[in-house]
Amino acid sequence: MTTVRYLRRYRDATRMNHWYVVLMFIAAGLSGLAFFHPSLFFFTAFFGGGQWTRILHPFFGLAMVLGFAFLFFTMWRENVLDRADREWLAKAPEMLKGNKEGMPAVGKYNAGQKLVFWAFAVSLLLLLVTGFMFWSPWFVHFFPITLRRIAVVVHAASAFVLVISVMTHIYAAIWIKGTMRAMTRGTVTEGWARLNHPLWHRKMTRGE
Amino acid sequence: MSSLQSLDIAARSATTVQPPDIRHRPQVQEVAKLIDVSACIGCKACQVACMQWNDLRDEVGVTGGTYDNPTDLTPSSWTVMRYAEVEPEPGHLEWLIRKDGCMHCEDPGCLKSCPAPGAIVKYSNGIVDFISENCVGCGNCVTGCPFDVPRISKTDNRAYKCSLCSDRVTVGLEPACVKVCPTGAIHFGTKEAMHQYADERIVDLKERGFKNAGTYDPAGVGGTHVMYVLQHADRPGLYSNLPKDPHISPLVSLWKGVAKPLAVLAMVGTVVGSFFHYMKVGPVEAKEGASDEDDDGHGVKAEIIEAPPAPGESPPSSVPPARTVHDPASPPPRV
Repeated sequence: MTTVRYLRRYRDATRMNHWYVVLMFIAAGLSGLAFFHPSLFFFTAFFGGGQWTRILHPFFGLAMVLGFAFLFFTMWRENVLDRADREWLAKAPEMLKGNKEGMPAVGKYNAGQKLVFWAFAVSLLLLLVTGFMFWSPWFVHFFPITLRRIAVVVHAASAFVLVISVMTHIYAAIWIKGTMRAMTRGTVTEGWARLNHPLWHRKMTRGE
Repeated sequence: MSSLQSLDIAARSATTVQPPDIRHRPQVQEVAKLIDVSACIGCKACQVACMQWNDLRDEVGVTGGTYDNPTDLTPSSWTVMRYAEVEPEPGHLEWLIRKDGCMHCEDPGCLKSCPAPGAIVKYSNGIVDFISENCVGCGNCVTGCPFDVPRISKTDNRAYKCSLCSDRVTVGLEPACVKVCPTGAIHFGTKEAMHQYADERIVDLKERGFKNAGTYDPAGVGGTHVMYVLQHADRPGLYSNLPKDPHISPLVSLWKGVAKPLAVLAMVGTVVGSFFHYMKVGPVEAKEGASDEDDDGHGVKAEIIEAPPAPGESPPSSVPPARTVHDPASPPPRV
C-alpha cells in the first residue's frame, strides 16, 4: 500500500475568500469593461442595460476590494520581495521557454506570484480611490472636474493592469499542473510542492 | 433631445463605425448661432424661450446676489445669462453679459469621452445633441467638456444641455432663443453667414473704440457652432471666465484616442499569447509516484500535511510523519 501525501496550502476560509473575490472580479470586470471600449459595451446586457451597469459597477468593485482586503492581510507577509526573487526574475524568461532546471528554489511564493499579488493590491487601491472620485451620483460632486479627468484615466489604466495581472494569474494556474487544487481543495500534492516550491515543501515536511 | 435625424450623423459616441451620414457636408451646410454680446441687454427672454420651447421648468432656487438666475446651468436650465461687472481699463466700468450654454464644438469633448453608444451625436450641420434615452449617467461628458456645460439630472441620472433646438432647425426654424431675442443679439444661419455678419459688427465695434473686438470661434476645439462677438476678444476671461484657448483635455484625448484600442489589443493578446505558449511549451507537471490526484484511493493511503512540524518535534527523515492526517476514505493512521 502506497502513501500519497498532500500539503495544506490554504485554509478553507482563505479559499472561500478567494472565490468571493473571483466572483466580484467577474462582475466588476465585465461591467467595467462595458464602458472601457465600445466593442465591449454589449456586456451591459448581462446587467440589465447601460444605466443598471453604471449603477451596479461601483458596488461590485467595492465588494471586490473589501474581499481582497482580507486576502491582503492574510498573505502580504509571504509576498514581500527579497534578494532571491531578483535572481528568479532574471531567469524567468528561460522558465517560460520550458527550462525549469536552472530556477532558484523558491518558498511559498515565487517572484512572479509576488509581483502579481502586489499588482492586484496596488491596482485595486487605485481603483478604489479613483472610483469614488466619479461615482455618480453619490460622491462625484465632491471632486473638481480636473481631478475627475485624472481619476477616470487612472481608473481605466489600473483596471487594465488588474485585468492583465488576473490573466497572468489564471494562466499560471492552468500552465502549472496541480496548482488549481490549491484553491479548489486547499491542498497540493507533494510532487507539486517539491517541483514548484521546494523550500516551502522542505518547511512543511521537515520544519526547516 | 430624442433621435430625430438619422441620415446626417457625422459622429456618434462610442461607435467605431461610420454612422448614417449620406446627408453630409458640403450639401448639408454648417450652421452656427452668433451671440453678439455687445448688443445684449440681459433681458433673459432667451432663457424664457428655451424653457418654453423645450418644456423645461427649473426649481426655484436661491439668488447669489447677482442677476445670474439660476446661478448656474442645470439639467433643466440649458442656457443662463452670466453678468460680469468688469473694468477692462481702470476706471472704465463695463457690464458684460454672456449667454452661457453649449458651444456645439466641431470636435466635441463630451462625445469623445462618452462610453454609451449613440448617447451623444453630432449632426452634419454641426449641432451636438444628447440622445438622452441612450445615456447611462456616468458623467464622462462632464469631464470631457472644455466649457463645463453638461449637467446630470438627479432625478433620472441622464445628462442634459442645449440642443441648439435641433428639432426646430431640422424643420427650417431658428432656435427658440434666436427667435425671441428683442435686440437682435442672437443670430442663426450658416456658419459662413454668421462669420460675415460678425465681421461687420466687429468693424462697427472697432469704430466705437473697441480695438480688440473679435469673433470667438476657438480653434482648439475645431471651432464652435455657437460663436460670440466680443468687445474684448483678446480677453475672453472677462466674460465670466470664458476660456481663452479651450481644447479637449489631453487626458481625455489620449485615453479615448489611441490608448483604449491598444489596451483592448493587449488584453486579447495576453489570452491568445497564453494559449500559444501552452501549446508550444506544454504544461509543467510534477512526476507523482504510484498515484495521482484523480485516483480515488484504491489501495492508496492519503495523508495531508496541515502545517510545518514544530521545532524539535520529529527528526527529518525520508518519510517524515505527518502532523495531522485526515482522509475520509481510510481510518486515521497510527503516528
